[in-house]
Amino acid sequence: MQIPEIVGAGLIVIGAGLGIGRIGGSAMDAIARQPEASGKIQTAMIIAAALIEGIGFAALFAK
Amino acid sequence: MVISKHPLRFILTAVIACLPLFSFANIVSDSTKVHTEAVHVVSDSVHTMTEAEHSTKEASHDAHAEPTDVKSKIKEFINHHLLDAHDFTLSANEETGEHYGFSLPIILWDNGLQVFSSSKFHHGEKTAEHNGNFYVLHHEKIYKTDASGALVEGHGGHPENVRPLDLSITKSVVGILFVAILMFLLFTGLAKSYGKNNGIASGAGRFFEPLVLYVRDEIAIPNIGEKSYKKYMSYLLTIFFFVFFLNILGLAPLGFNVTGNITITLSLAVLTYLITTFTANKNYWSHMLWMPGVPVILRPVLAMIELLGTIIKPFSLMIRLYANMMAGHVVLMSIIGLMFIFKSWIGSSLSFVLAFALSILEILVAFLQAYIFTMLSSLYFGAGNEEHHHEEAHH
Repeated sequence: MQIPEIVGAGLIVIGAGLGIGRIGGSAMDAIARQPEASGKIQTAMIIAAALIEGIGFAALFAK
Repeated sequence: MVISKHPLRFILTAVIACLPLFSFANIVSDSTKVHTEAVHVVSDSVHTMTEAEHSTKEASHDAHAEPTDVKSKIKEFINHHLLDAHDFTLSANEETGEHYGFSLPIILWDNGLQVFSSSKFHHGEKTAEHNGNFYVLHHEKIYKTDASGALVEGHGGHPENVRPLDLSITKSVVGILFVAILMFLLFTGLAKSYGKNNGIASGAGRFFEPLVLYVRDEIAIPNIGEKSYKKYMSYLLTIFFFVFFLNILGLAPLGFNVTGNITITLSLAVLTYLITTFTANKNYWSHMLWMPGVPVILRPVLAMIELLGTIIKPFSLMIRLYANMMAGHVVLMSIIGLMFIFKSWIGSSLSFVLAFALSILEILVAFLQAYIFTMLSSLYFGAGNEEHHHEEAHH
């Protein structure tokens, strides 16, 4: 069976989920503090989230 | 110009006018009538003869081994959808084996150019004969075979038969060509409408002008810089609208899955990599190969990491777009598949509502992925064009 691979992929996806959650939460905080900078914060948030998402998908498809 | 005046009407007319072209190579009008039926009968008799023959036959036709339950049927259908196809199948009748759709031309390089219609394969159920060569469609890959249509089973489930160079106009190629023509007509129309209408966009351009400006003002200039963004604009706009249109096309009927195909995203990522590499200035290379400001002993290590990073960046571009679009298609089709599993009014309404909500989400994802691909590409171009920072100046 491929149990180690599946567990590893699951761990990576959990990590990626936590990471994207933190990015989103921090971006929300930042926008709440400085609503006028929301455009820039959103851009940076999407880039960071996309980078982590790439890792998550790589793990899913490499398993 | 005719395009800028009635853009939607023109595009619709062009699409409808092109539809018969896609099926021009239909078997009914084929001059070389072939005896595939007879071949099929022979292969059927082989089927019942010996056990050994039986297994080779199974190998050649396991793609169409009848799945027993609904779940594996749905799974097979989704897997089939994710692959590129040699014909369009809009619907198929399981009992009669009839397929509704249209064929696409098959172009093979096998001791010369071999062009015939994909209807000869009968959706992978039959062996196609052309100019004395026999071909078999197995998991949407074309193998050369003999008159019996049997495939030699190799290791890993892949047949060991020769694969001729396949240059066919497949579903993905049709999608790409369609989007290319659409983009050409739309954006030349937009460009020309400025001259005609005193610098104001007209027609469909009114919708696309803000997107073009968005790519310029929000993606290119902040990431690349005022000085050198112009030379990248053509590439960034092309890639943005190409990915965006193909993602949207993936949600339309006909079942295109172009950006969810790793070869397409690979070639897009390779383009970004090549442009980054060949337009980078000397600061980029000096920072990559011999990083200033760090101990000399660390510099080779950093150079190796940086060089590896240049490969990983386009690799992640490739994986991200591919995986996002593929995952979207899989989830959407699985939810539609719920309808056939539940077979009750609860399942159908649940599946309908979920599929509707997900389709709307997928439109957002289609835009977001095009945006991220363009954004990250321009980020990499910007990194290659960074001017040298004089750290002394700040102190």
